Amino acid sequence: MSLPFLLEIGTEEIPDWMIPDALEELRLLFVTHPAWRMPPNPKMDATPRRLVLRAEGLPTRQEDSEERVMGPAKSAPAQAVAGFARKQGVRPEDLAVESTPKGEYYCYTRKVEGRRTKDILGEALPGMILQRSIFPKTMYWTDKKGPRFIRPIRWIVALLGEEIVPFEIAGVHSGALTSGHRRLGAREIAVTSADYEQRLRDHYVILSAEQRREKIRKELAGVRIKPDPALLETLVYITEYPTAITGSFDAQFLELPEEVLVTVMRHHQKYFSVEDEHGKLAAQFVAVMNIPADPEGFVRRGNERVLRARFNDARFFWEADRKKTLAARKADLAHVTFQAKLGTYLEKTGRVVELVKELGGDADAARAAELLKCDLTTELVKEFTELQGVVGGLYARADGEPQAVWQAVYDHYKPESMDDAIPRGRTGQLVSLADKLDTLRGCFRVGMIPSGSRDPFALRRAAQGVVRILVEGKLELPLLDQLEGHQELIHFFADRVRFYFKDHRGFAYDEVNACMASGWSNLVDLEARLLRVQALRPTPDFEPLAASFKRIRNILSQADWQAEAPAPLDPALLEPGPERDLYEEYRRIAGQPIEHVISKLRPKVDLFFDKVLVNAPDARVRQNRLALLHTLLAEFSPIADFSEIVTHS
Amino acid sequence: MQSFQDIIFTLKRYWADRGCIIQEPYDVEVGAGTMCPETFLRVLGPHPYRVAYVQPSRRPADGRYGDNPNRLFKHSQLQVILKPTPDDVIEQYLGSLEAIGIDLRKHDIKFEEDNWEAPTLGAWGIGWQVMLDGLEITQFTYFQQCGGIDLDLVPAEITYGLERLTAFLQVKDSVYDIEWTKGFSYADVRYRDELQYSVYNFEAADIPTLWKLFDLHEGEAARLLKLYDPKAADKKRFPLLPTYDHVLKCSNLFNTLDSRGAISVTERVGIIQRVRKIAVGVAQAWADQQQEVAQ
Repeated sequence: MSLPFLLEIGTEEIPDWMIPDALEELRLLFVTHPAWRMPPNPKMDATPRRLVLRAEGLPTRQEDSEERVMGPAKSAPAQAVAGFARKQGVRPEDLAVESTPKGEYYCYTRKVEGRRTKDILGEALPGMILQRSIFPKTMYWTDKKGPRFIRPIRWIVALLGEEIVPFEIAGVHSGALTSGHRRLGAREIAVTSADYEQRLRDHYVILSAEQRREKIRKELAGVRIKPDPALLETLVYITEYPTAITGSFDAQFLELPEEVLVTVMRHHQKYFSVEDEHGKLAAQFVAVMNIPADPEGFVRRGNERVLRARFNDARFFWEADRKKTLAARKADLAHVTFQAKLGTYLEKTGRVVELVKELGGDADAARAAELLKCDLTTELVKEFTELQGVVGGLYARADGEPQAVWQAVYDHYKPESMDDAIPRGRTGQLVSLADKLDTLRGCFRVGMIPSGSRDPFALRRAAQGVVRILVEGKLELPLLDQLEGHQELIHFFADRVRFYFKDHRGFAYDEVNACMASGWSNLVDLEARLLRVQALRPTPDFEPLAASFKRIRNILSQADWQAEAPAPLDPALLEPGPERDLYEEYRRIAGQPIEHVISKLRPKVDLFFDKVLVNAPDARVRQNRLALLHTLLAEFSPIADFSEIVTHS
Repeated sequence: MQSFQDIIFTLKRYWADRGCIIQEPYDVEVGAGTMCPETFLRVLGPHPYRVAYVQPSRRPADGRYGDNPNRLFKHSQLQVILKPTPDDVIEQYLGSLEAIGIDLRKHDIKFEEDNWEAPTLGAWGIGWQVMLDGLEITQFTYFQQCGGIDLDLVPAEITYGLERLTAFLQVKDSVYDIEWTKGFSYADVRYRDELQYSVYNFEAADIPTLWKLFDLHEGEAARLLKLYDPKAADKKRFPLLPTYDHVLKCSNLFNTLDSRGAISVTERVGIIQRVRKIAVGVAQAWADQQQEVAQ
């Protein structure tokens, strides 16, 4: 016989962003429990106030098993045999005798009754539920010796078939009573595993996240909202009965920068913003409430008032900040610390201005660098820290700075992720590069080097940004010249370059290694070489030639070939036949692109290795042959070190 | 329409009916109700306690000369401490909102993750900001540590923002327009404070004098703490509460100096450390003082 199992952990409101991972962790703990012969396949659900696991077809008990217990040797005294039998709870004549390589022994086969699933679960569940791995942060709520969970556990439903699986956590006993919506449902609702979901629904709890998501989506269908999947997920997991309502605000606020309005709505109020038919921000918003309806408009009006107050605040800050130009704020940066060991933002600004000039920036770039951090002293950035940079750009524009300047300030934190765009325009790219390079150099100089997951200054992101701006902005600047010979910083960047081309751009790792071995200071050039190698790779001559190059590399290194001071090649010493042919071929192709010559070169190389003994007895001939091979290798080494290519032949 | 003071009366009555001591505001300036000894010290140790009080809370940097409809130098918090936390604490809290006339079946109430931390007090907790129709009306915190000490019993701290709550109930866009009592608006009662303290905190305060005061209060607190002896038979009479007053003075002076622009970002960390040291010192001595002298 098999039974359905229902577990509901009833809590106070769990942070929305933790819920999906917590469900998955709980599911894993459940299915990997050693008691299952067949791992169950539970369905997981959650609202902010409950984590729910439902499994079908659990066995009522484990299967019975047998355990064989070995006793004394057959030759043992009767007393010992009787003792063994007594221990097993049988008479001596019930024992069997088994022959083993060591002789004959008494033994007894014991029947082990399978344990009831109810008992197994009752024992296992408290430990599973309180596993610290389920949540990234936990609290205690009874006393400091009490159990820890994400928020206090207030009720537990645990039903196997019709029966309660009894256990207790922090004074809460498992039972068959759930709890409805905080204000629209009953506090105690008797449930069975069959009617559980419907009973919750009757008490204004939509158990399924998918159904809550669909409900919100459907209600949004008539409104042109700015799509925001992350916000939708937040709202799905912050409500038990979500309902979308549309509100509006005074159109005069549309004079404020859209970025500020959207940030207030999105980050501070969890509203969707709305666009008109031209894609411009409309004076409307969509909020999602945790009740089914707002017939008297209380919720809409309340939210509208809150938004009005927030927008008024933003306008107050905007107008207060505008009393001073962005440029006039530069001196105030002397009071803003960049990092204790690296001085103030004023000092950083000075360094970035110099660096951007050195990188070839023009007067606009230098101006942008000067204004770059000035928004840190504005009220608006103090209020909306996530808008730093953007706010500076907006004020620079309002101050009448040229487009290249204000855009460069606006964009200078970009790219903020692998999906984010790089700054628009050359000025913005150079300024952003200078800012990031300054941060990286400074931090590495004072020993603030990221390790493992510790990267408080987001230096990986900064370095990744440098790489992307150089490559995607087609900036042929020698990166290594900017790293001050700092070995750790060079390694750090090499990793970022490798990551970018391999994981983000999809080049094969050996292609990346081969091309980087020929240099990676100019990333635009590196990209061009990678594209060539990638295109060459599927051609029939490539892999065999790469294999030959690897062979050449091995021969040269075994012969201790000194690449720095190679003996000159003496054509007179070349033997007619494959050796001379290879040399002639080399002469013909030298200086031509590899794509054009690979098919001619490959047979000559193959023939050379087939017929010619590099390790000739005559030392002069041997040296000359090595010189020939080295010359050949050197011919293509500016593109890539082909010996790094992993071949299958 | 319920006046500002009606709402306060109702909430105090509500919590009094649930076994709370109703205290009056603490008579030393504080930045938040949490800093009053009724919270900061009472949450320590194994003794149950329940208290509610309205605490005027000073945030010098938030002053706006009475010009901003939502920001105040000094606002009023209703602080409720329930130690240990009753199982139905959230039900009780929601009941308090219903008591002041909010029909929660017709309003949207949400609990959004918001953990609280006060580095100067060595205190932190886990909790939510409670949102009513998109307006933050309450901070709800389960204290975990105070003065760097794990708490024996976990208290719930419920902090209501009374001006906001009243503006919500009276449907006013500016806190200055709310009715304190019939015939008197909030502006009538409080506008002068807002204007004059903004002038003082942002313009008139004499920086060297404030630093001197800071040093004096810090010195007195440190001097006293050094004299506390956990093994003394009469340690119960040691004046830790007066010591703590000096900590509060330091904290307020720090906030005033900060709003005056007298503290650079680099100095900041150091000053916070200094306040924290004496605050944690008092908390630890207080926790010890609750215990009998070991024989």
